[in-house]
Amino acid sequence: MADNKFAAYICSGCGIGDTLDIAGLEKIATREGKMALVKSHPFLCNAEGVQLIKDDIEKEAVTHICVAACSRRAKTEAFNFPTVSMSRANLREGVLWVVAEGAEHDEVRQEMAEDYIRMGCAEVKKMSLPQGNAKRDQTQNKTILVVGGGMSGMTAALASAEAGYEVALVEKTAALGGFAGKLWKRVPFSSPYADPQATGVAEMAAKISANGRIKVHLNTTVAETGGAPGRFKVKLAQESGVVNDMTVGAIIQASGFTPYDMAKLPELGAGQANVVDQAGLEAMACAANGGAIKRADGKEVKSVVFVQCAGQRDETGTHLAYCSGHCCATSIKQAMYFKDANPEVDTVVVYDDLRVPGMGEDFYRSAQKKGVVFTKGKASKVTGGDSCKVEFTDLILDEPTSVDADLVVLATGQVANAGVNLDAWTEVNTAAEGGNEEAKQKRSEMKTISVLNLDYRQGPDVPQFKYGFADSHFICFPYETRRTGIYAAGPMRRPMDMLQATEDATGAAMKAIQAVENAAQGRAAHPRAGDLSYPIVRLEGCTQCKRCTVECPFGAIDEDEKRFPVFNEERCRRCGTCMGACPVRVISFENYSCDTVGMQVKAVNVPDEDEEKPRILILACENDAYPALDMAGVQRLTYSAYVRAIPVRCLGSVNTIWITDALNQGFDGVMMMGCKKGDDYQCHFVKGSEMAYYRLSKIGDTLTQLGLEPERVVTEEVAITDNARVAKLINDYAAQLNDLGLSPMKGFG
Amino acid sequence: MSDLNTQAVARYKNNFLREVEERVEEGNMVKMCMQCGVCAGSCPFGPHWQHSPQKIFMMIRAGKREELLTSDSMWMCTSCYNCIVRCPRKLPITHIIHGLANYAHRLKLVPKGQPTRDVTKLFWDNLMKVGRINELTFSLALYFKDGLVQGIKNSLAMQSAGLGLLKAGRLNPMEIFGGHKCKEQSGIHRMIAKAREIEDGRRGLLA
Amino acid sequence: MAKKQYAFYPGCSSQKGASAANYIASFGVMCDKLGIQLNEVPDWNCCGASIGYGEGGELPRMVLNARNLAIAEKELPGQDIVSGCPACWLGLREAVDRLHEHPQMKTDTNEALKEVNLTYQGTSNAKARHMTEVLIEDIGYEAMKAAVVKPLDGVKIAGYVGCQANRPYGIAGESFENPLYLDRMIEAVGAEAVPYEQKVACCGGALAFSEPEKSQNLIRQIVESAYDNGADMIATPCPLCQANVEIYQAEINKKHGTKLAMPVLYYSQLLSVAFGGSIKEAGLNGQLLRAEQLEKIAGK
Ligand code: SF4
Ligand code: SF4
Ligand code: SF4
Repeated sequence: MADNKFAAYICSGCGIGDTLDIAGLEKIATREGKMALVKSHPFLCNAEGVQLIKDDIEKEAVTHICVAACSRRAKTEAFNFPTVSMSRANLREGVLWVVAEGAEHDEVRQEMAEDYIRMGCAEVKKMSLPQGNAKRDQTQNKTILVVGGGMSGMTAALASAEAGYEVALVEKTAALGGFAGKLWKRVPFSSPYADPQATGVAEMAAKISANGRIKVHLNTTVAETGGAPGRFKVKLAQESGVVNDMTVGAIIQASGFTPYDMAKLPELGAGQANVVDQAGLEAMACAANGGAIKRADGKEVKSVVFVQCAGQRDETGTHLAYCSGHCCATSIKQAMYFKDANPEVDTVVVYDDLRVPGMGEDFYRSAQKKGVVFTKGKASKVTGGDSCKVEFTDLILDEPTSVDADLVVLATGQVANAGVNLDAWTEVNTAAEGGNEEAKQKRSEMKTISVLNLDYRQGPDVPQFKYGFADSHFICFPYETRRTGIYAAGPMRRPMDMLQATEDATGAAMKAIQAVENAAQGRAAHPRAGDLSYPIVRLEGCTQCKRCTVECPFGAIDEDEKRFPVFNEERCRRCGTCMGACPVRVISFENYSCDTVGMQVKAVNVPDEDEEKPRILILACENDAYPALDMAGVQRLTYSAYVRAIPVRCLGSVNTIWITDALNQGFDGVMMMGCKKGDDYQCHFVKGSEMAYYRLSKIGDTLTQLGLEPERVVTEEVAITDNARVAKLINDYAAQLNDLGLSPMKGFG
Repeated sequence: MSDLNTQAVARYKNNFLREVEERVEEGNMVKMCMQCGVCAGSCPFGPHWQHSPQKIFMMIRAGKREELLTSDSMWMCTSCYNCIVRCPRKLPITHIIHGLANYAHRLKLVPKGQPTRDVTKLFWDNLMKVGRINELTFSLALYFKDGLVQGIKNSLAMQSAGLGLLKAGRLNPMEIFGGHKCKEQSGIHRMIAKAREIEDGRRGLLA
Repeated sequence: MAKKQYAFYPGCSSQKGASAANYIASFGVMCDKLGIQLNEVPDWNCCGASIGYGEGGELPRMVLNARNLAIAEKELPGQDIVSGCPACWLGLREAVDRLHEHPQMKTDTNEALKEVNLTYQGTSNAKARHMTEVLIEDIGYEAMKAAVVKPLDGVKIAGYVGCQANRPYGIAGESFENPLYLDRMIEAVGAEAVPYEQKVACCGGALAFSEPEKSQNLIRQIVESAYDNGADMIATPCPLCQANVEIYQAEINKKHGTKLAMPVLYYSQLLSVAFGGSIKEAGLNGQLLRAEQLEKIAGK
């Protein structure tokens, strides 16, 4: 490898040169940053400026550059030099735009800029160019496995095949269609949203069998899944007992839902004659085939009552706590079955809130026009029999009342078919591994509902979120499960209707395609899509503590027989949580490591006590907090010139060594800014910010040992929209530190 | 109870919604209400309604016929049209309320002495006389609708206003002898009688 | 310049010696200066007003209005039918709409109209309009401004649009919650439009007769809000609003010990004064609560 050559380029455009002493900065880059080449330019991002850098790379054999200009998030197209390592010193958003104007601030402003130059130079010296996953020749499989042959699965299979990918579609029953296949009609997908439509299942199934790229496996389940994106190894078990091995590139799990067991609702007439759930009504409608719907006793239904939210949105903790989202529209559709066959049938829908997403309002209005009566009420009791009775509280007239009918339909909810709950599993599995026979027995029972039977050390299925649905970030990245290369589609990830399920399936197919393409090129998947770096571990130093294996949010790390970590690069999302977790710091990325950040911390010039200039280190998540800081600059909100901000991939990647080093060096405070954690997390790496909080909770002792107050290290949740708040947080913290006084560690560092 | 009411009960059994749809002005829109409550919150007389428009529409669906038609709720409408322009479902609420009031009145179910009902009747009778409203005879009739004694009290209470209007040239004492009128009075009488006959026929209200 | 021709439907309250006599009085100067010619519909009858429903029912009300429309159609062909009273306007416009939308109702209506030897065709483009629509849409604020000879300088006016001049039809392009046309007319004549909360509130309408307590509560809020926001007077496009809000102030004072005495004018009176009309021509002598500021301007 050729020798490394370092260069720094300082931009004086955008007003930087008017306010900062560029010559002074150049001097810092040369003397302290030890850059071989240091140049400034009045407009670095224009063609001429960019050419200047390119020429140096070509003619001067520059291998590492520090661009001191705007934020690393700006001008990424201009400053795109794929053949060299690059750091960015943020002089514009990070200094010029956030430090108060005026000559009285010149000194601190210049000091801030100088530090960012020092930090940029220090960082780039520790970086090397990522080479991509070395094993990518083994991750070239691009077949997409779709598990589940219902509406979501069929849609995903067709979408993938139409995009040119081979598909294996696995369905455990003898026919495609899933729940949709049992319906008489579906809620309309298209304008005018006035009448039920044919389900479309038969057409889809025909399209699938006519598509040469899709291979359908009926009566088949997934007996085992191992590997990683681009090289998943699956065993497909047929009912007959035959097991086929196959390799696939990505997996779409579309395992659907099961209706909530109505037997759990005896107070709503479960088990009594002529009380059915929505699935039961579909069967009756299929039997009627468009004619009058008849009860089990053969009597034609002349009046029907639909009871919404049966066993749903339950606040007592007995039944489903959530709204299944589809069942209001489903009841509207089913009421139309009756009205369309015979307008004289009395149809009453007893609802609390009528929730009809999408174009459902039109459908609702259409039902009203057809004469379906909607009564706002809460049902308390249903009695079945020849003449059924629904007792309810009328919520508008505020009184108990009742209505009689030939048939009662309960709108029960969706229970996800998401497989094994990993929290429960881990507990049982640990006991089983410890030799507990009972636990072993329990473990194999639990496994019977597994969908994927993953051989991952983290358990056999994708992790679940609330209420047994598969975790998939509901705001920013639906379909992404916490297992890279495995995508969730349809009501197994959140309750939804059929139209939403088809949209979901299309989205998941796109994700799966991305995953196989990235794996084939040795790159990361979402959210650092295209990143060629991956964790490199110096196993010689590893103490087999297992922290990385446990803390990796994506189950990327297995263990070998000797309990050393085995990285599955293709499963890795490049968050660096493992790096933050490792107590002996043996995990790193080529362009992001304990050193790239650690050396930046060390590069900061911490003034002596008598200068009375505190220093605050900010470790800001690059996904939300750092952009918010930039935006604060764009809006010209000012904050303390004593802060030095370093972007991190995720708070999860923060190694506590950075914090203790900073404090030892005389920093007065450390702020960590990351995404929201917990149940409604916003962390782009799911668990990263949570891990940071957890680790920080243990840092207290260290602080006390150093004789420092716990307030010297704080953690804040910051969203990307928090630009104003982030400036205030900084200023408030600076004021708080002012009250606390300067760090006693100064001068010892 | 009137014969018309007995006939209606027999005809519609318990289907009050259908009765309203067939017999009340714009009644076929009642079913489109989504119970949001915006109308109830928009009415200037909101607190005075025994049953708000929202509740009225629910009562119709719930078959609370007697309770609704004998209540004085529909008589609280000032015709401000607030509800109409705000209803997300575009129900012609004002017209439905007017229609319900009219229907209850036709069926003789309105409580005795309901003041708005009395005013609307006096108004219509006054206009029917000569084809136009005679404000003087209308006001006098209003003041004396509860009898002579109450009438004198009412007139005295509003005496200053009356005198003021008189002085301002906005109340003409000569109107008591006739005043403005249409030339084609008898034609108008026949026309209205015909209209009512047609409407009653359409609504099944002919005895 | 030839005057713009309109069929005119005054309505019961706007007759000589009736409660809105001051309103109609002020039309003279206003229309004259703006080149508007109003041609009264011969032998018109009452529109049924908003209170006629109780006894009247739907078809009789339609027929009452259809008779007026049919006469206008016959005698004043092609002319828009204009009224100064929102309730009349509403009755006419509602009839035009419903007879247009429901062929059955039109047939029934014409059946009844046979009794007076009339037929309503409804085939011309003639519209039912409120006087303010004519001013705003056919004349325009600029032309109104241009006709001003005595600007109402320094007069603070709370524009009270009320209900039926605003809902359910209202003026095209205006919002129901905060229509601006009245304020703009007030400003066109040089007065100051005072913002206040009760601009589109209800005065009780015809229920001022039957439910006086409840209605007077509303009236009191309207007048007090105008006072609180510094208005010298209220201006409205509706005879019932004008009468209710003006007449009952004394009544409210008597019952509640308040000292309400806010003049309530018509927009047309403002225009009339600004266009140079005398006290009498502007109908200012027809006020129960005299608008002295305007009288001073008109008397100059
Ligand atoms: S969709 Fe409707 S019925 Fe279903 S749970 Fe939600 S609110 Fe209840
Ligand atoms: S913790 Fe993050 S960076 Fe480390 S292996 Fe897991 S996904 Fe990759
Ligand atoms: S505003 Fe309309 S939809 Fe809402 S409750 Fe009233 S009538 Fe019903």
